[in-house]
Amino acid sequence: MSTFTSKSDSVLSARDRELIVATQSGLPLVSDPWAELGKQLDMPADEVLTRFQRMQATGVIRRVAAVPDHYRLGFRFNGMTVWDVSDDAIAELGEKIGCLPFVSHCYRRPRHLPYWSYNLFAMVHGVSRDEVEHKAAQIREVLGDACTGQTILYSSAILKKTGLRLKKQTDKQ
Amino acid sequence: MSAIAERSKPSDHKPVLPEFTPLERAIINRLQYGLPLTRTPYKDVADELGVSEVTLLKHLQALLDNGTLTRFGPMFHAGEMGGGLTLAAMRIPEQDFANVTEQVNSFPEVAHNYRREHELNMWFVLATETPEGIDETIKRIESLTGYPVYNMPKEQEFHVHLHFEV
Repeated sequence: MSTFTSKSDSVLSARDRELIVATQSGLPLVSDPWAELGKQLDMPADEVLTRFQRMQATGVIRRVAAVPDHYRLGFRFNGMTVWDVSDDAIAELGEKIGCLPFVSHCYRRPRHLPYWSYNLFAMVHGVSRDEVEHKAAQIREVLGDACTGQTILYSSAILKKTGLRLKKQTDKQ
Repeated sequence: MSAIAERSKPSDHKPVLPEFTPLERAIINRLQYGLPLTRTPYKDVADELGVSEVTLLKHLQALLDNGTLTRFGPMFHAGEMGGGLTLAAMRIPEQDFANVTEQVNSFPEVAHNYRREHELNMWFVLATETPEGIDETIKRIESLTGYPVYNMPKEQEFHVHLHFEV
């Protein structure tokens, strides 16, 4: 049987995986989506719901939610703000930046010297370039002297956006 | 003006804000936080918003059909699924950009790919079924394109809460 062992010691079973494959393009928009999925996968509706609840509790699923096209919502400026933050301070400062309400993602990532000296990434969206820059200035203020370099990378084109996809597993390996 | 034209000619001076009805706004804002995992999830959200379940489902479908929402469903955490996930960047000369875009996008492991204004001008997310798949895919991309790939896996996650209030 095919299983994935996650970091949190939960197990993604073959049945969970079937649910993921069945819903990765979307949850059925019907009154009882659990029963609808159960019908497709030959699983009782209550089991479908219980599996979703467990996957959300273990973090396999962040949430079941709407993903907007941020351009269509008017947030046309997507700025990846990147910062060169001293290694001693980054854990504490990263937490603070992540808590800013306008930062959607915040990660520590490796430097690639000499081309890339930035180790803190904070994604910021805005309806104008000014708005993104105003938000970046607030990040700068929090980082203070621990930050010795910064830039903002704006996206100028989406080249591909399919989201994460699991392949259907036909063989048991 | 079409959405595509707006994207290719962004203007700082007059942001174009789309018009949404109060109900559309409420649905967009509420459903980004997540559907409650209850026996009657759509009815529970509809009750919160003070509309019928049928009305909610009809509007949700319309927002998906017109492209306001790209997706409604489970958001997976690839790291927790036991697979590999990373952000990678490349530096591609302008004359090769279109060709390399096609080559990179041809990999099913490439989930998102953005052009960005920087010397490192191509940024993509790689998702693989196993953690080892990342290095292997990067080698295949380097060998197909002839350009180095800079791997920037997350070393620490501080926060993820993508939410757009409209």
